[in-house]
This record gives sequence, structure tokens and C-alpha cells, in this order.
Amino acid sequence: MKKLRRTMLYIPGNNPGMIQNGGCYGADAIMLDLEDAVAVNRKDDARLLVRNLLSYVDFGDVEKTVRINGMNTDFVIPDLSMIVPAKPDAIRIPKVETIEDIQRADKLISQMEDESGLRVGTIMIHAMLETALGVENAYAIAKASPRITAITIGGQDLTADMGIQKTLGGEELSYARRRIVMAAKAARISAIDTIWADVDDDEGLIRETRMIKELGFDGKAVINPRQIEPVHRVFLPTVSEIDKAMKIVTAFKKAQAEGVGVFAIDGRMIDAPVVARARRILELAEMEGAA
Amino acid sequence: MKNKLGIEIPEKIEGVGSLIPFQGEFTLINSQTEKYKTPQPIRKSKTGHKLLPDLKNCLEKLSLRDGMCISFHHHFRGGDETVFKVISLIAEMGFKNLTIASSSLTTAHDPLIPFVENGVISRIWTSGLREKLGKTISAGKLGIPVIFHSHGGRARAIETGKLKVDLAFIAAAAADCEGNATGSFGKSACGALGYPMVDSEYAAEVVVLTDNLVEFPCHPASIKQHNVDYVVPVDRIGDPKKIGTGSTRLTRNPLDLRIAQLATQAIDKCGYIKPGFSLQTGAGGASLAVAKFIRELQRERKIKGSFLLGGITSTMVEILEEGLFNVAYDVQSFDDMVTHSIYKNQQHVEISSSQYANPFNAGCFVNMLDVVILAALEVDTDFNVNVLTGSDGLVMGASGGHCDTAAGAKLTVVVAPSMRARTPIVRDKIATIVTPGCSVDLLVTERGICVNPARTELIETLKRSRLPILEIHDLAKNVEKLCGKPAPIEWDDKIVGLVEYRDGSIIDVIRKVKS
Repeated sequence: MKKLRRTMLYIPGNNPGMIQNGGCYGADAIMLDLEDAVAVNRKDDARLLVRNLLSYVDFGDVEKTVRINGMNTDFVIPDLSMIVPAKPDAIRIPKVETIEDIQRADKLISQMEDESGLRVGTIMIHAMLETALGVENAYAIAKASPRITAITIGGQDLTADMGIQKTLGGEELSYARRRIVMAAKAARISAIDTIWADVDDDEGLIRETRMIKELGFDGKAVINPRQIEPVHRVFLPTVSEIDKAMKIVTAFKKAQAEGVGVFAIDGRMIDAPVVARARRILELAEMEGAA
Repeated sequence: MKNKLGIEIPEKIEGVGSLIPFQGEFTLINSQTEKYKTPQPIRKSKTGHKLLPDLKNCLEKLSLRDGMCISFHHHFRGGDETVFKVISLIAEMGFKNLTIASSSLTTAHDPLIPFVENGVISRIWTSGLREKLGKTISAGKLGIPVIFHSHGGRARAIETGKLKVDLAFIAAAAADCEGNATGSFGKSACGALGYPMVDSEYAAEVVVLTDNLVEFPCHPASIKQHNVDYVVPVDRIGDPKKIGTGSTRLTRNPLDLRIAQLATQAIDKCGYIKPGFSLQTGAGGASLAVAKFIRELQRERKIKGSFLLGGITSTMVEILEEGLFNVAYDVQSFDDMVTHSIYKNQQHVEISSSQYANPFNAGCFVNMLDVVILAALEVDTDFNVNVLTGSDGLVMGASGGHCDTAAGAKLTVVVAPSMRARTPIVRDKIATIVTPGCSVDLLVTERGICVNPARTELIETLKRSRLPILEIHDLAKNVEKLCGKPAPIEWDDKIVGLVEYRDGSIIDVIRKVKS
């Protein structure tokens, strides 16, 4: 069963109180941040803290990811050499622009996995696309390493790179979002959307989450635990969706048993893609405890 | 002798008398050993002569004597200005060895400390103590142990005559010259007057203090004229702004919200959110947030509940006004909006603390509750709960309606963070037991939900859900791994407090903390 990545909670890497509670808020994934949330002169502390707490705290079933600093910074080697041995589920690499960025990261991670006695290939990569070049290379990046299990869009940096403002409606990100989703679907990995910055605006958060769900995103980065529940609610299949899906799957099983290939429900022809979508809804509902 | 929880209880304490050890939730109640009603005192008619010019004049008319028991109520919580005013005047008149029986004592009562130290006050009955007064008691400054009662336990003690009140002072936001009095309107409106309703019926002498003398008749009246001896106008009875002190505002703390969400989901999975259900939540933090989440579920599924109970907060008033429950029964109100509602809304009904929670009357409301959500300072691995003493052993909280509602409700949910600062909340042994573990069904923390192992049916139900369920010992271990094990409290032998269960038996003792 595919892992849910509806929410990915950002936690500053130098905040021990928040990190130790990381597994408690109900997010599907947490992202301990060594990059933008941590000032340049606090990088050492954050790296140590994240490494120690990753090894010590029981985060439960939550997917543990760490965002390191960009591949073009001097922090990459110290970040990876300290974080890889602590064995997070994935490392998020910001500002990925080319296949080479991923290949270099892959090589460094392999080397450090080997040195720390981990099986090479244990740790996954989530690539963050937040420049125009990165977005244009989305599919190539998604396929650049078997470690890549998700690509994500970084809205703030991307709009900055494009020299425009991020708006509430998000029209300016429309192309990038679609491009990234399609690349992720083509590569059979997850697509994660950018944050909603106003933590007091639940309505805006829900509106944007509905939109990115319809586009095909698997989830959204969140910056406050209060944003988790509204996002999950959007991703939860509705009761009528579940009912309909159950009806389709039951009818399909019956048709199969009777050797009937194509059948109809309420006058509508049911074929393989409809059954596959119904199965996916039931699978999601089961994972989310709604069924 | 040992009580049912294995706690050593003295057979007798000087100044208190013989003690009954705790024997189980309903053992004494079912055996009806308590004679539950003493006859009401019949007052000499004073019609037309009750209104006195000032408090001093009133005190001169009362039958004051050393060693008498004087009762108060705590509806103004941190804003109370009556207890100190009355006691200091009585002290000035030279009386001593007084018993103070206030429904609770708060931070507003720290000025009583000198009277504890100089013998003006020698006994205290209360639901709780806070701050400096709590520390003074924990330091052993009062010769006779404080009796900590629950709200229902206080009504029971007065109605059975175990707590004989000689003189009751009732601070009312409006009253007439005959003593009809209310908390529901006036500049110092505090809402329901559930506690002194009982005092007014059983105390030998009853005085109403008011800063708002209204024309006869004062209507509505929570305190009735035939139960009142004197009415005294005063400048101020208290500061209603200090009733809420923030704890009734909805939390935005993500951890509290997470706990509240888990609690709501658990209550829902257990099947309690259904038409006609009843609910009580404590004020503050996670427990009030549960009311918010349950409200959302009710809206979504169009479920109307039967009644809300307890200390009523503005959130509950909104829920009532929205038509999500039929009635709110209010023994104590928590802010301005509540006060307005109790005056205007016929579905918002004031009840006495006896109706609320005295287990010996013919039908108290807590015993009809479906769900109660309660807070905790500490919980042990047998689900026993402490809401009275801090992790340092000092008295800092209040028993309130905790054990009353926990025993009465069909589903008792304790919500608490798994740690506060660096102190684990769940541990092998807690400083003081107020509510026995047998009354608690679920403990909900941000790290998961623990189900009382005695509730096998709930374990089955919740295991089928996708909620994070864990054994309470595992939770304790996990938290201890993060916080370490706190050093045990060093107790002295001296007993400074007796913790009464709702039925009057002793569930625990509080000892002096070694300095």
C-alpha cells in the first residue's frame, strides 16, 4: 500500500521542543529543517540536534525527512555526514535544478551510508523544485535516481526566481504545479505542494488544498500543526465517494465471477479505469480510517 | 487502616474525628449509610427588618463566637473580595479558631495567610487552594488538616450535617431588602450561584452582601428570602473580570488542539456522539477545545444533544444558542457572556451544587452524564488522577467536580499533555489521588490514547479504529525516556490535608512537604 503524504510538517531544526513532539501532531510526514528556518550561525547546533533527536525520539509511523542546505552551499557535506548515519526516511534537497544535483547528492549519500554501515539505497530523496530551471527539468529530475520518492514545489523561492509575487489565488504557480504533478505521475512518485503561509486563514488553506488535490498532488507542506487537520479533511474521500466506489468494486467482482466483461451501474458503463479509480478511493479511505 | 487504593488512612484525627476509608466508587452510596438530610433551620421572622446599614453593624447582630464555622462561595474565583473583608472584620472583633468553609479558595485569598498563622482560622474546608495559601498549608502552618471536598461532596457534607455551617455569607450581584438574591445581573454579575444555594438552606444564619440593592422583589432569585436573615449593602462584592482569567478562552496551542482532536475522535468512535447525549467539559486548554470539535461533528451530522452541564463557559453558551443541546445546567458561570445568557435564556438553567453532584440525593445531574472531559495534573499507571498537588507536592489545584463527574459519567475522558516543561504527567505513583482510576475510561495525550484495561469493550472498539492506542505503562516509559524520572517528593509525617471522595470517605491524605 502506498504511503500517505497528505501533510509534511516543517519543524525548525533548532527547536528541540517542537522536534520531540514531531510525531504527535498527526502529520503524515515531518520535515526537520536545516535550511531556511536556521540562521547561518546556528547551522552546527541544528545539525547536531536533529541528528541526536532522530536517533533518540520515537516518532512512530510518521515519515521522517530532513531538509539539508542547497547543493551549491558549503553546508552540504557537513549536513549529509551528520544526518545520513541518523537514518531519516528521506532527505529533502532544496533548489534542485539539474540531474547532476541529484546524481551528486545520490553519490554522497551512498558513500555515507556505506561508511556508517547502512545498506546503500536506504535513504530516499525528496527533490524540491523552486527555480524556473528546476521546474523545466522536473521529469528528468524525478527519474534521476531510484532514491527519489517525491518531488515538491517551493512556491516562495520559485516566485522570487521568476521575479513575481506569490498571490492568494496562486495563478502564477499554475504552470509549475501542473508540470510537477505530471512529472511525478509519469515517474510514479509523489507530488507535494508548497506551504500556505497565513496560519490564521484556514479558509484559504482549504481552498488551495482542494485545488491542488484536484490537480493531482498527493499532499501539501504545512508550517503549523493546526494546518494538518484541515488538509487531511480535504484529502479524505467523502461518504458519497466511498459509497459509489464500493458499489463499483462490488459490481465489478460480481461481473468477473459471472464472466461478464463490461457492465453498467445506474445506466453508466463501467470499464477498467473507473474500477481502478474506485479501488484507489477505497484504498485511501482505508488508509485514512474512513472506511 | 488502608483504603481500597492501598493508602494508609488514620482512623481518627484530632479536630476532625473518625475517618472512613475510601471503599469504592458507589459502595457507601449504595449502602445509603449517610443520613442525607438534616432539617432546615426555621428562621425567626425578620420581615421588614433585614436590611442593615453596613457589615460592621451586621456582625454585631449575629451570634458570633470563637470556633464557629463560616461559609463562603467562590463564584468570583480570582476576583473574590468578600472572604477577606468579612474575616478581617471578625478578627478585629477578637474572634478566633474559626472554620472557613468556602466552596473553594483561589489566588484572591492569599491575604488570609496571617489569619492562618495567628489562629483566627484554625480549620478549612475547601475544594482547593492555590499559590501562597496552598504553600502555607503544605508547610504545615494550620494545626488541623484541611478537608478537601468535591463540589458534590460539599453539598453532601452540608446536607448530612457533617459540615455544620453557623454563618453563611453570600455575595450577590443583585438583591432586595428581603434577601431575594441573584448573580445574574448587576455591575458585578457572576452568573449562577449554585454553591450558596445549599448554604442558604442549611446555615444557622445567612447574610446576603450586595453592591446592587434593587427594589423588592429581586427577580430572578437564586437565593430565596425565607432563607436569609440579613441583607447588607457593600461597595464591591468582587471583580467579575477576574472570573475567567483566560482559562475559558479557546486554546490555539497546537498540542492542546491535537489532544482535543484525538479525544473527540475517541469519544466518537466509542459511539457517544448521538442524538440526546449529554456532555460536560472543564474550562481551559484541551478540554474546552473538545467542545469545539464535538460541536463541529454535531453540525455536520445534525445531532442535537440533551444537556450541557457544569461550569458553563461562553463556548457552551454559543453551542446552546445554536440549538445543538436542549438545556445547559449551570452551577457556576465562567464569564460575562454566560452571565447574560443565564439571565435571558430559559434553556440556560441555574442549579445548586446538590442538584449538580450530591450523590446521596434522589438524582444528581452528574450521574446522568454521558461524557465528561477532565483535566489532570498527574495520572498514575492505574489511571488514578491528581488535580490537587503539583509535582513538588505543594497544594496548588482544586478537586472541583472531578471525582463527581468521573464517577457519574458513562465515559470519562482525561485529557492532559504527556509532559509539562520537563515533568512527566503519567508516572508510576502520583502525589495525591483525587479521582480513583476505576472512574476513568480514557487518558488522551498528544502521544496517544490509553484505555483503562478494565474497559475491555472500549479497548475492542478503539483498536478497530485507526486511533493511536497504547498501554499506559508504555506511555509512561516513553515519556520518562524523554524527561527522565523526577526525584521523589520528600514528605514529612504530618498530615496537612485530607482528600475526601464524593461520598465523604477519605481517598488520600496530603502530607507536609519537607522544607
